[in-house]
Amino acid sequence: MHEVKPAEALGFTFDGRALTARAGDTVAAALLANGVQACRQTPVSGADRGPYCMMGVCFDCLVVIDGVGNRQGCLVPLREGMRIETQAGRRHPDGAQS
Amino acid sequence: MIAITSIGQVAEHYDIAVVGAGPAGLAAAARAAELGLSVLLADENPAPGGQIYRAITTTPVTKRAVLGEDYWKGGALVDRLRPTNAAYAPGCTIWSVAPDEAGGFELGLSLGGQARLIAAGQVILATGAQERPFPIPGWTLPGVMTAGAAQIALKASGLVPSGRTVIAGCGPLLYLLAGQLAAAGANIVAVLDTTPRRNWLAAIAAFPDFLRSPYLAKGLKLMAAARGKLPFKTGVTALAAEGSGKLTGVTVTRGGAAETIPCDALLLHQGVIPGINLANAAGCAQHFDAVQHCWTPTVDGWFASSIPGIAIAGDGAGIGGAESAALRGEVAALDAARRLGRLAEAERDAHAAPIRAELARSLRGRRFLDLLYRPAPQFLAPPADETIVCRCEEVTAGQIRDAASRLGVTGPNQMKAFLRCGMGPCQGRLCGPTVVELIAQERGVSAEETGYYRLRPPVKPVTLSELAALPPTDAAIKAVVR
Repeated sequence: MHEVKPAEALGFTFDGRALTARAGDTVAAALLANGVQACRQTPVSGADRGPYCMMGVCFDCLVVIDGVGNRQGCLVPLREGMRIETQAGRRHPDGAQS
Repeated sequence: MIAITSIGQVAEHYDIAVVGAGPAGLAAAARAAELGLSVLLADENPAPGGQIYRAITTTPVTKRAVLGEDYWKGGALVDRLRPTNAAYAPGCTIWSVAPDEAGGFELGLSLGGQARLIAAGQVILATGAQERPFPIPGWTLPGVMTAGAAQIALKASGLVPSGRTVIAGCGPLLYLLAGQLAAAGANIVAVLDTTPRRNWLAAIAAFPDFLRSPYLAKGLKLMAAARGKLPFKTGVTALAAEGSGKLTGVTVTRGGAAETIPCDALLLHQGVIPGINLANAAGCAQHFDAVQHCWTPTVDGWFASSIPGIAIAGDGAGIGGAESAALRGEVAALDAARRLGRLAEAERDAHAAPIRAELARSLRGRRFLDLLYRPAPQFLAPPADETIVCRCEEVTAGQIRDAASRLGVTGPNQMKAFLRCGMGPCQGRLCGPTVVELIAQERGVSAEETGYYRLRPPVKPVTLSELAALPPTDAAIKAVVR
């Protein structure tokens, strides 16, 4: 996706990549604005998924935010310095998503 | 309006708790607060407006014509709430509503990663609508979104899909969105209209009412604008999203012939249905609305549900649109005030009379739209076996049909045990209506008879650490102390 009108930018990382997005965006919107279409892999087949409904209904935009997994990216406002990671499959108790 | 930014600012008790800050919730909260009641307005989203007036106070879209005049009406609803004492909690999820010992309700809240239980005398659910699931092969590919999702990204963040964009489906919102995205600079390469031609026969009887409705002028303008400029294809009978790992195109069938249109974004829309999860989990009775073709909470003329003290206002109790949602919210608030003993019945009726008149006017012509844009059967119950129906657990239409026919699964609740269908984090929001259609079709019974998922709180996932950190109530301590 591309932006109609750029605004104040916030810095964040996605899987270690430094990115910026507009202050006021949700995490899911920030990822879309950076051309990231897939942000999780499903627990069943491992297929890539990305934001689908953008309104908290579908849970396909689940991501790991600052080490906390299963967050709905479309409901979380982006903050400066957020560390966002792909949610890979199931949560593992000893992994990064605990 | 008192903005609540952390869970500690939420009071122990409110006269009325309103769930959802769309048109119905904003109007209900404003009216209740104007009547002197203490009000909590809790909303999952970061800013008020719901989906239709999404980001009305924060949108970066400044050209008013892009989103159309109707969108900007949402500002008045927020302005009305501002001077009141209503507590407004954005980013706050209500995951449970249950009766308490005092004759009111206990609500489970989650805000900023912390949970709380609070009490409210009356509850108004204004949880609004969601898009009807529209399962086609490949609809889980990154690059495929709902049309509403694209509209939210536009309103809230000023985002427009990059590259070649295809919009597919049926309903007035499809034309509205196509027009909005085009005005915002999207490259729309096709608008694929799946409206079944025979729907006109069913809808024509409701046409005279539509002629006198506020929808007519609006609708004609939308159609003229969209049809004139955009590459429309009507009579679409089948769709499949193509690609491996990500979307590369869409295969469209019309008049028995198929063609593949290369695209980078595919936006799906098959109308909207009430978001019923919280009402269902609270135990409110629901029925299958044969005209709107969806499960709908059963409410009376005051939008009171089957559970005394819980009202359901707005599109969450049947799709009527933004204008009617706000009016329903006000009516529900008046009745809640009456139940709390703060308004006499005669006063309530007097206040409600002009609102009801406006409500009737705003709903005139609705039936025509519902009949005309009723989705074709093949989009309600996908014919291709490989089509994923439950996006969370990746359960296909073929598996559901097999369970219904060969294994004799009679309803969606039993289907959960066999296939884990509806047991993922979305809790049936994206598969429920389709599962019902598939079982009904396979067993040759009606959707009403097939029934719907019995949902339970929490209706949104809440972490164990949040639950473990809940301050214990006296009753909870007594339950474990001997």
